[in-house]
Amino acid sequence: MYSFEYHNPASQKEAEELLASTDNPSLLAGGQTLLPALKHRLAEPSDLIDLKGIDGLSGIREENGAIVIGAATTHCEVSESELVAKRIPALAKLAGGIGDQQVRHRGTIGGSVANNDPAADYPAGCVGLGATIRTNRREMGADNFFVDLFETALGEDEMILAVSFPIPDQAAYIKFPNPASRYALVGVMLSKTGGDVRVAITGAGSSGVFRDSHIETALSKDFSVDAIDGSGVDEAEISADIHASAEYRKHLIGEMARRAVEAASGS
Amino acid sequence: MPTVSMAVNGKDVSGEVEGRTLLVEFIRKNLRLTGTHVGCDTSQCGACVVHVNGRSVKSCTMLAVEAEGATVTTLEGLVKDGKMHPMQEAFRDQHGLQCGFCTPGMVMSTIDLLRVNPDPSEAEIRDWLEGNICRCTGYHNIVKAVQQVASGDAA
Amino acid sequence: MNDMLVGKPLKRKEDQRLLTGKGRYVDDIRRPGETYAVFVRSPIAHGIIKSIDKEAALAAPGVLGVFTGKDIQRDEWGSIPCGWVVTDRQGEPHKAVPHYALTPDRARYVGDHLAVVVAETYEQARDGAELVEIEFEELEPVVTLAMAMEGEQIHDLAPQNLCYDWELGSRAEIDAIFETAHHVTSLDLVNNRLVPNAMEPRAAIAEYDSGLDSYTLWSTSQNPHMLRWMLSGSVTGIPETKIRVIAPDVGGGFGMKIYCYPEETTCLWLSKVIDRPVRWTGDRSESFLADTHARDHLTTVDLAMDKDGTFLGMKIDTTANMGAYLSNYATSIPTYFYATLFAGCYKTPVIYSNVRAVFTNTSPVDAYRGAGRPEAAYLIERVVDVAAREMGMDPIDIRRRNFIKPEDFPYQTPVILTYDIGDYDASLDEALRMIDYDGFPARREEAKARGKLRGIGLACYIEACGVAPSQLIGKMGAGAGLWESGQIRFNATGTAFVLTGTHGHGQGHETTFGQIVADMFGIPIEDVELIHGDTSQVPMGMGTYGSRSLAVGGSAIVRAGEKVIEKGRKIAAHMLEASVIDIEFEQGLFSVTGTNKSVTIKEVAERAYVPLDYPEGLEPGLDETAFYDPGNFTYPAGTHICEVEIDPRTGVLEIVDWVAVDDFGTVINPMIVEGQIHGGLAQGIGQAIMENGVYDPESGQLITGSFMDYCMPRADDLPSFRVGYTCTPCTHNPLGAKGAGEAGCIAAPPTLINAIVNALDIRHIDMPATGEKLWRIARDKIAAQ
Repeated sequence: MYSFEYHNPASQKEAEELLASTDNPSLLAGGQTLLPALKHRLAEPSDLIDLKGIDGLSGIREENGAIVIGAATTHCEVSESELVAKRIPALAKLAGGIGDQQVRHRGTIGGSVANNDPAADYPAGCVGLGATIRTNRREMGADNFFVDLFETALGEDEMILAVSFPIPDQAAYIKFPNPASRYALVGVMLSKTGGDVRVAITGAGSSGVFRDSHIETALSKDFSVDAIDGSGVDEAEISADIHASAEYRKHLIGEMARRAVEAASGS
Repeated sequence: MPTVSMAVNGKDVSGEVEGRTLLVEFIRKNLRLTGTHVGCDTSQCGACVVHVNGRSVKSCTMLAVEAEGATVTTLEGLVKDGKMHPMQEAFRDQHGLQCGFCTPGMVMSTIDLLRVNPDPSEAEIRDWLEGNICRCTGYHNIVKAVQQVASGDAA
Repeated sequence: MNDMLVGKPLKRKEDQRLLTGKGRYVDDIRRPGETYAVFVRSPIAHGIIKSIDKEAALAAPGVLGVFTGKDIQRDEWGSIPCGWVVTDRQGEPHKAVPHYALTPDRARYVGDHLAVVVAETYEQARDGAELVEIEFEELEPVVTLAMAMEGEQIHDLAPQNLCYDWELGSRAEIDAIFETAHHVTSLDLVNNRLVPNAMEPRAAIAEYDSGLDSYTLWSTSQNPHMLRWMLSGSVTGIPETKIRVIAPDVGGGFGMKIYCYPEETTCLWLSKVIDRPVRWTGDRSESFLADTHARDHLTTVDLAMDKDGTFLGMKIDTTANMGAYLSNYATSIPTYFYATLFAGCYKTPVIYSNVRAVFTNTSPVDAYRGAGRPEAAYLIERVVDVAAREMGMDPIDIRRRNFIKPEDFPYQTPVILTYDIGDYDASLDEALRMIDYDGFPARREEAKARGKLRGIGLACYIEACGVAPSQLIGKMGAGAGLWESGQIRFNATGTAFVLTGTHGHGQGHETTFGQIVADMFGIPIEDVELIHGDTSQVPMGMGTYGSRSLAVGGSAIVRAGEKVIEKGRKIAAHMLEASVIDIEFEQGLFSVTGTNKSVTIKEVAERAYVPLDYPEGLEPGLDETAFYDPGNFTYPAGTHICEVEIDPRTGVLEIVDWVAVDDFGTVINPMIVEGQIHGGLAQGIGQAIMENGVYDPESGQLITGSFMDYCMPRADDLPSFRVGYTCTPCTHNPLGAKGAGEAGCIAAPPTLINAIVNALDIRHIDMPATGEKLWRIARDKIAAQ
């Protein structure tokens, strides 16, 4: 790691001041992605601003038909939350499948969402459930938040405070893990609220998380496994690497979507 | 340099560290507790797993300063009055270790498993061990060791 | 009197320290005043070094020095050797290309060692390493095996990048057989590149003592004496008396830690230049780049049969990857540890093999668990399976028809080796019984109802272990004999040190050797302490690899024990006032034949060191050393059978059952042996379906450079295994033991691939048989139906 200054602010205000006053700061939440990147010297922040000491930044509550999860809430806390399990079990399952248990003990929703790794689970969770990302500046719909690989709409002095997930009628998350890294090779978050169906895909998009409108349309008409005849995304938009071709990933989108419908219908 | 204080294996310790000092470096170098190992640099192998405030974490993916005020337990801290923890005993009984390098993480991780799930199935044990890589044992006897502790039977 | 310990699943002596954090690995050791070395590695696969600018690095905080290959060359340090000369078809030795600790002229693979920075702390050394500026004239990298001979020449000594073109057998003889054969089965195979990935990364600490003008090197080595020998005899010219190599607890090796590496060699040099201890601990990224890799063959195998499926002859053509330099034993692996196994368990009368070893701009390739024998077993057991399919025969029947039978031993194969003993039908029978082979069709049907494709596959493997009879391997080109030393040093109180030139790094030697010695002398195993891994304590030895520790090292200990008993009889005769020929020894007791007069080993040991009344000619002390050179290799063999289920919709494969029936001869500790099988299976399964070392074919960058991309088997990838044994004790060593370390890794790849092709009803699939490959085949089959 390159050398940096570590800060442990106790309030949002203090954190914002540090963000404004330091050269090239990085926000540190769980650190499960940031620290490995720093170890490989892929980034050289001047200052690390630890968000875990900030009051009120972690916790899970129900608010106006939505589940609101504080940015510093760990994956483990989400996966073990009775409230989440009751209202959006698919989200609890998603959180319980991120990385391994040790990563889940540290990694946070805010960190994961802000990092926008194209193979991470939460971006699909946010888009698939139509979440709203609350920052210290504004509220943004997930559809507009995730911009490109490792890129979000967050401004330089902006920090995520919470993510708000509207409670769907039905939802399911199905992940096909990369056999090496265990990140998503393909992950599908599917939700149905009234007549509105959302199908968000992670792991496969060459510019990160995306919605599969072909499957959404099919499921809007007929919410059944048989309605899905595969993904409608152009293979050119799907990533390919040594772990899977675009063709295989595209096939898996359809297959995982089918399994998601099955799981959502069963719950 | 920041000073960091924590309780490690029941003892209050403190030391000067850099911001970039990892918890595992603090444990291994400052405290000379070398039972915790580093086997990779991508947070995957789990040889570095310790307990922080009772939960298993990868000490290679946590800054020492993040453990300020925490209670930390390493493999060494499991031994009480000269007696090994039942999980340590079970690893010996079931031949759950060969070269011993991944073992600290395996032991710390599986103790945490039984905290959460005292009676796991074989599939649940294998699933939990996703964050711990062993190159020697093929995991067979590690699974048996966890089953021994869960069932409460000594070998 | 003791209960006998040999044959019992004794818990391991080493576990107490390893389980409580008291193990002592190289990186756990701290030396006063130590400094940190970080290597500047080549970022490109192939290029001439135009200049190296050290200035910025030298000015960086904490940096004590920056050095290049030219600096080491000024001290006239030589090349790291390759110790096995393979003679090619023209009678010429292999191309012995130089391999310097720091490459002075040309970068030959990504990760190649170009410079080293020494600093007060690790981070300072790493900061400094980033500041070293290297200018290259880039050359076209030679990456793929298929294109190696057409690519840019990597070493001046090796035109066409050819290290050797070697053959075994007569081409004319095999051609004649193929001309008249009823049927020939031909198969093209890839033996995929593997990265060994012992969980402990390699590490070294070197310390120079200017008073004694001597060096101490702590190294993560399986082979400390050979490391010292190479450093002294080939690289440095420093006398062996001035180099002490210590290999303490080592976190797995699997062959990868046998060798003399550039990093530890450089640390040794630095320790005198810096005149402070110098440590280097690799991180996993460095392990991927610069540990030796393994396998990496392209092969065509042809099997000729008569109309009944009797094997008439086999022809093998292999291109083997050496990587960018020759690691210490690289030349021997795809030749004498490969082609000599092509008989397998079968009476194939004529075998011809041709192996071309080539250089590429990739990490050096050398032995890894099995080393040549997994490659051999894979091609034999694959081609036999395909042959059965083409001949319309049952895969069991075709094997039985061609097996070497118990009455055929000793069996001279057409490929140098002579098998001493075995019973291949016995392990096949037991494996078939354990897996309930006859019940498979019903299980397949049941799986089909669940939408799964179930397959069954088997492999009957053989390997040559207990390396190695010195005279035989000398004829093959080995530069050293592979005997082993053993020493038993009784103390005055009746406890014993056992010293062995082998090195345990997970195999449980402290326990297994303890069991042997405790039984031999009727003393508690707690009274036996094993010393290994320190060249200043242990007599010259040859290290641990090739499943040799028990069969060769254990035999040396037995021979030393026999000498101790002989000496003890003389002491006992004196104590009991009897004649030596009347003294017998059993269960720790020396007694006078036909009387109840006896003394214990403990009493004898005490008297050995208190010789106050010794008669003339009786020498004090009870401490004997033996060097054991085996008369032959040992030949573990067995049958593994597995069943798999494939989800045709995703290609996901589940191993649902695995039966391993092995004949290791005498088993000293079945618990440890089973652990060896499990671990070997995991690595073999990894090769078959997960692991693959991949370089970018254009740039030569290692794509699978971390656990994010190199697919390591994890707990949920593997099943529990069922293990059975048959036993035909080795005929030529005192233990009857054959060795067990590599069997799983050798048997697993063909077993699993045979099961996969059975499930999919196809002729062949290359390793690693990943989910996507399986899905494509299943999809195309469904579409064709």
